Amino acid sequence: MDFFAAKNLTMKFGGLVAVNDFNISLKRGEIVGLIGPNGAGKTTVFNMVAGYYEPTEGTITFIKNIINGKKANEITKLGIARTFQNIRLFTELSVVENVMIAYHCRVKSSFLGAVLRFPLYRREEKMMHEGAMNILDEVGLASLAKERSDSLPYGQQRRLEIARALATGPELLLLDEPAAGMNPQETQDLVDLVLRIRDNHDLTVFLIEHDMKFVMQICERMKVIDYGTTIAEGTPEEIQNNERVIKAYLGEA
Amino acid sequence: MEKNYPNNNEVGARLDIHHRRNQILSLLAIGVGFVLLYFAQKYLSSYQVRILNNCGLFITLAVSYNLINGVTGQFSLEPNAFVAIGAYTSALLTLTPAEKALSFIIEPIIWPLSVIQTPFLVSLLAAGVVTAICGFCMGFAVFRVRGDYLAIVTLGFGEVVRVIANNTQTITNGPLGLKGLENYTTVWWTWGLAIITIFYVSRLVRSSYGMAMKAVKYDEAAAEAVGINAFRHKMLAFTSSAFFEGIGGGLLAHLITTISPTLFTFFLTFNLLIIIVVGGLGSTTGAIIAAILVTWGGEFLRFVEEPINIFFIHIPAIPGMRMVIFSLLLVLMMIFARHGIMGTREFNWNWVVDKVNGLKILSRNRG
Repeated sequence: MDFFAAKNLTMKFGGLVAVNDFNISLKRGEIVGLIGPNGAGKTTVFNMVAGYYEPTEGTITFIKNIINGKKANEITKLGIARTFQNIRLFTELSVVENVMIAYHCRVKSSFLGAVLRFPLYRREEKMMHEGAMNILDEVGLASLAKERSDSLPYGQQRRLEIARALATGPELLLLDEPAAGMNPQETQDLVDLVLRIRDNHDLTVFLIEHDMKFVMQICERMKVIDYGTTIAEGTPEEIQNNERVIKAYLGEA
Repeated sequence: MEKNYPNNNEVGARLDIHHRRNQILSLLAIGVGFVLLYFAQKYLSSYQVRILNNCGLFITLAVSYNLINGVTGQFSLEPNAFVAIGAYTSALLTLTPAEKALSFIIEPIIWPLSVIQTPFLVSLLAAGVVTAICGFCMGFAVFRVRGDYLAIVTLGFGEVVRVIANNTQTITNGPLGLKGLENYTTVWWTWGLAIITIFYVSRLVRSSYGMAMKAVKYDEAAAEAVGINAFRHKMLAFTSSAFFEGIGGGLLAHLITTISPTLFTFFLTFNLLIIIVVGGLGSTTGAIIAAILVTWGGEFLRFVEEPINIFFIHIPAIPGMRMVIFSLLLVLMMIFARHGIMGTREFNWNWVVDKVNGLKILSRNRG
């Protein structure tokens, strides 16, 4: 059985078919890209996988669990973490708090235990803080831990979002346009970061991206969708030369 | 130079090296506060003690209301319902069976209530628990909606409770209300409860549960993405808030000694809303300061309603003038301090100690 598989996923919003019969299976440790023109339905696929939408048809399995129909927070606990296309940090909280929050779903103390600060909660709080600092160290934000998260420059906010997703302890990481709005240097740093965290945390990465240079460098396999339908899949080289893909992106000559 | 202390409302506050010192300072402050209260209730007039009681009570109500509205960011308008439930519960428990038989003149009170009588403390706890249960049940319904809709449905619940109180003759005595309650509420009760509420709420806010509540406020979708069950945390905030507002209601009932449904109109909620907005949504410190300012300020401004003679100009008494000035102050606040007195900041001993040290250095340099 596959590590992660989506079979015949279809999402309809009234009469609009946003995603039609989408199939994918991921092996542990892969980095797979999902590309396609604007409005192709890429984020809709992510929203179904992460539990924000319930697919109209089809099933999603993740390590032997059928996860479609589960709520977003349950799916996160099972080990799928995501980042958002438009950065969604908890703006008024500090950088380290943003990451610590991600540990909260694994806190075992009850709220009364937390209010009265029982020993178990104290230990957990210490672990949350240390864990968050380690992850910030890994993504290179440790020195900014006490800053307000919205005071960071754009590229670092992206990194913080990835750090926050990592802190939930995922096995599958969904990155929605991680390189959007980054300059070439930042994009290059991001490539290194994604490869590094994949190795350090035994992650499988499934990502959406428009920056072709980024995708070609990082993805081992990719899938192209247009108007909700899969039009191509294969290695980056195969995709680059695929006629249907070129047509979808550039229009017909 | 600004020192980079962890903010006191942050989870990392416990890792602050001054944590132990700050705890001692807090305890000292509470001790001094109670000594002051002792002298206040001994030497002040009963009118002034009454204001003091109101301040303590409104601190409790505002701080707990702020937990759901400010910290968790769920704009709701139900505290009058919670206060009413708490007030009726505790009042029905402290009245003696004979008193109840005497007040229920239209229809007699139903069985278990007609014979029960409990001490004041038990009745308060019962008020808290009953209100928390009501809040818990209500939460299932109201948290299916968000934003403006949440405000509207909770407002509706507030009215529902009032109407129920008006019409259940055999339980609440309807529009006649409950009279002749023992005047149990003293400054010790009101301020004691205020301290407990502040302790509970600020500890909760600083714990990871509080952080999760803030996460729900800033971005619910992102909160779900990091594994936070938004519904559960809203319920936690709402039920906690109901518990303390219920106890507050019990104290209120035994402070004014007569309760009737007209006491628990939307106006009460509106007052609390003003308090938490003036204080700064999400700031416990702000809620405390604003509760005192609004309660005491409202009384202080009474002088404007009396006839005033300034040299040759005679201003006649204008009833309601207080409210005009009050609204003027609110408008000024909206213009100059849109985030309220404290914004989302909290009181922090480190800041105080820094200022005191700063003054010391300044005076040494001068000398």
